[in-house]
Amino acid sequence: MLASKRLGKELTKMHENLAPGITKIKCDDFQEWLMDIRVDDNPLYHGEVYRLKFTFSNGYPIEAPEVVFVRDETHPIPIHPHIYSNGIICLDLLDKSGWSPVNNVESVCVALQSMLASNTKNERPPGDEDFVRTNRQRPRDINFVFHDDKV
Amino acid sequence: MDSEDEFNSSQVSEDEFMMDADSDAEDDYGVDHDDVGFESQHTDIKPAKHAYEVDFKVCSPEDIEAQQARQVADTSSLLEQPPEATAILFRHFRWNKERLIDKYMDNRDAVLEAAGLSEEAASSPPRIEKVPGFVCDICCDEDPEETFAMKCGHRFCVDCYKQYLRTKIKDEGEAARIRCPGDGCNKIVDSKSLNLLITGDLKERYDELLTRTYVDDKENLKWCPAPECVYAIDCKVRDKELMRVVPTVHCDCGHDFCFGCTLDDHQPAPCALVKKWLKKCADDSETANWISAHTKECPKCHSTIEKNGGCNHMTCRKCRHEFCWMCMGIWSEHGTSWYNCNRYEEKSGHEARDAQAKSRQALERYLHYYQRYANHEQSAKLDKDIYLKTEKKMQQLQNTTGMSWIEVQFLDSASQALQQCRRTLKWTYAFAYYLARNNLTQIFEDNQKDLEMAVENLSEMFEKPVDQLQGLKVEMMDKTAYCTKRRIILLDDTAVNLREGMLDLDVIHEREC
Ligand SMILES: [Zn+2]
Ligand SMILES: [Zn+2]
Ligand SMILES: [Zn+2]
Ligand SMILES: [Zn+2]
Ligand SMILES: [Zn+2]
Ligand SMILES: [Zn+2]
Repeated sequence: MLASKRLGKELTKMHENLAPGITKIKCDDFQEWLMDIRVDDNPLYHGEVYRLKFTFSNGYPIEAPEVVFVRDETHPIPIHPHIYSNGIICLDLLDKSGWSPVNNVESVCVALQSMLASNTKNERPPGDEDFVRTNRQRPRDINFVFHDDKV
Repeated sequence: MDSEDEFNSSQVSEDEFMMDADSDAEDDYGVDHDDVGFESQHTDIKPAKHAYEVDFKVCSPEDIEAQQARQVADTSSLLEQPPEATAILFRHFRWNKERLIDKYMDNRDAVLEAAGLSEEAASSPPRIEKVPGFVCDICCDEDPEETFAMKCGHRFCVDCYKQYLRTKIKDEGEAARIRCPGDGCNKIVDSKSLNLLITGDLKERYDELLTRTYVDDKENLKWCPAPECVYAIDCKVRDKELMRVVPTVHCDCGHDFCFGCTLDDHQPAPCALVKKWLKKCADDSETANWISAHTKECPKCHSTIEKNGGCNHMTCRKCRHEFCWMCMGIWSEHGTSWYNCNRYEEKSGHEARDAQAKSRQALERYLHYYQRYANHEQSAKLDKDIYLKTEKKMQQLQNTTGMSWIEVQFLDSASQALQQCRRTLKWTYAFAYYLARNNLTQIFEDNQKDLEMAVENLSEMFEKPVDQLQGLKVEMMDKTAYCTKRRIILLDDTAVNLREGMLDLDVIHEREC
């Protein structure tokens, strides 16, 4: 109920205007959306288009959406010390301790753009291979220890 | 505003509650507190009787609330803050009194700010209001009837606020540190605001969680893990001591568990050993599976023998051959000094030359201990089954012969002793697996052997015909007392050696993170 009402309003607003470098790809139900982002001001990511999959629970936006990068022929997974090669993102904003219900799909896209824009390390998180091979949990059930200084 | 609403314990008990934050807070700072006079106030703690016993105290929910209230009352005047604010400060500092006072004295304003208690907080109480032209940032509704904001000014409609709190409390189990829903806002939702927004079952759950947070935050407190049990245990044993102490505690609900890891009592094995052993058993479960089979062949006539009691003394129905279920050796040798069913003999004659032979030898060694470990676990269950059947038969007998109830109590005591001893024996095998050989190993194995023989002797008595049991009462009571005595000797010896660092256990000493 809350989720569909909120997502409906977000959709209306996104029709009017959307921050630069963000495109909505598939937003035709209230369970799963696809969004594309570009980060052209960082040479590491210049010219690439990255695809994000948002999965919403009925409790959205009180509960955080599940957000992952998805890979296909034209969309790679960006290389970043907080992004695993299977697309799982380690970002406190998406964790229940860091999520605020004031956030929305667009603000998450903007946050991920700025996370990529400020990155200088062309590397995956430590233990990426092991994690990708062994992880069977959904992103929301993983207890990340945030490597960032901020809580 | 009623200040008692804030802090959920309304009855600050006047009778002196002796558990105090001071002692453990000082531990955290590495201060030796032997010289702190009021430490001796721990009068409620049961004195330790044996080397393997630790001091502990069982706390009811009322005790826990009283402890919190007492600490809040004590500190409130020192901080010059009302009790409800003091309670919030305590929770913010995870009930670490030393750190709270330290930081507070250092920078009062910063501490108040961080705990969500800004200066003017007390001046005007929070309230629900309608704000014309307001749009809620959560549901995007325009002009909602009721809105709410704390002092930080992040305003939302009351429905969204309530749903947010419900999610935090019900789904995420948070209470003491729920933050404002505003993005990046660190203001803690205080209890006055909470009382305005939540009611009924949610309020109850919130209060329950507040109490839980207190126990979770205190290093000296742990919840009894028994299902539905409401008690917590107060024990001074610290994580860093767990290689040398095995702190088994006894809850008032009847559950015996380890204060270190909250698993079922596992004396004499230290927590780290237990963890390693259980992991090994889980990893090797397929290899070891065949062992738990209920049936074996008689070593003499090869007919199938089924084990249906706890006792290891098997008699073949067909050829009357008596043998030991564990080692398949002749039983008559088990009551004498020849008994070495418990000991693993390294086959020194044919030394393992290649890697394959080495790994086979390692497996054999593991299986020796695992088999005995698993057997005691299973036998404990079988003992219990037999006891329950016997008790039922005894009751029938009692009804027909008019024996009084008290006369069958010895069976209950025997059964309980068996359960306890088998649990201890079970863990002695995990212990022995990791125990490096030195001059004390012999003593450990002798103690193990003596206890095991005592246990098998007692276990065997349960297989006697029920109508003979009354006549065996004295013998059974003697055997029960002997089992208990052997168990105490084993645990005492091992605890002393462990504490003194005399036993070399091959387990990782540092904690995993
Ligand atoms: Zn709202
Ligand atoms: Zn706020
Ligand atoms: Zn209990
Ligand atoms: Zn333990
Ligand atoms: Zn036979
Ligand atoms: Zn044997």
